Amino acid sequence: MQPIQLQPEHDKAIRAHGVDAFPHECCGFLLGYDADDVRRIVRVTEAVNRRGAPEKHNRFTISPEAFLQAEKTARAEKLDVLGFYHSHPNAPARPSQYDVDHAWPVYSYIIVSVRDGVPEAMTSWVLQEDRSGFDPQPIAIAE
Amino acid sequence: MSVKVMIPRALRQYADGKDVLELAGDNVGQVLDQLGEHCPNLRPHLFSDDGELRNFVNVFVNDDNIRDRDDKATAVRAGDELSIVPAIAGG
Repeated sequence: MQPIQLQPEHDKAIRAHGVDAFPHECCGFLLGYDADDVRRIVRVTEAVNRRGAPEKHNRFTISPEAFLQAEKTARAEKLDVLGFYHSHPNAPARPSQYDVDHAWPVYSYIIVSVRDGVPEAMTSWVLQEDRSGFDPQPIAIAE
Repeated sequence: MSVKVMIPRALRQYADGKDVLELAGDNVGQVLDQLGEHCPNLRPHLFSDDGELRNFVNVFVNDDNIRDRDDKATAVRAGDELSIVPAIAGG
């Protein structure tokens, strides 16, 4: 499994977004490129969680319009949308069955656990080819 | 009409690794049919068994979601960009 490399500011930004959105789930895009067996994230951009109020504490949806714009931004910078991040308020940084059911292959799915407004574990996952679950993906924070 | 079809990263493995394909058609349906012909492995990820676009697949002509226009009957013009955009959700 190729690791996903984040810059320190990406790690900080994802955690901060999770805190800001708490007790709701935050979500966003991971833009970068794959090279030398490493998924290198160049930019992390926030997205609006389009779920309604009763659901957004444990569900997120990114609008297709927002994804289209993220793709255009990525292409303009010769990058790709390589995945997404979201938070799990007061829940572990492990994919739920709902995450499994709605995931796409190839993309990295970063999850940050935010407990009582404090960011804790951050993990990354890639959907298995048979869609039965996720494989964990090592996160490397660049120095 | 020749249009560019943009393939998202998750689906390029079913399109011979290509991120863009130049295909012909007068409407979205015709272009998607061409896409299915060129990339048969992509077809089951885009269409259900009855041939309809899957709910979790969005198609845009330039900045317009075809579900807000005429679905597969949405006309395309030379130089248009047809983007396949997966629905993203979780929690």
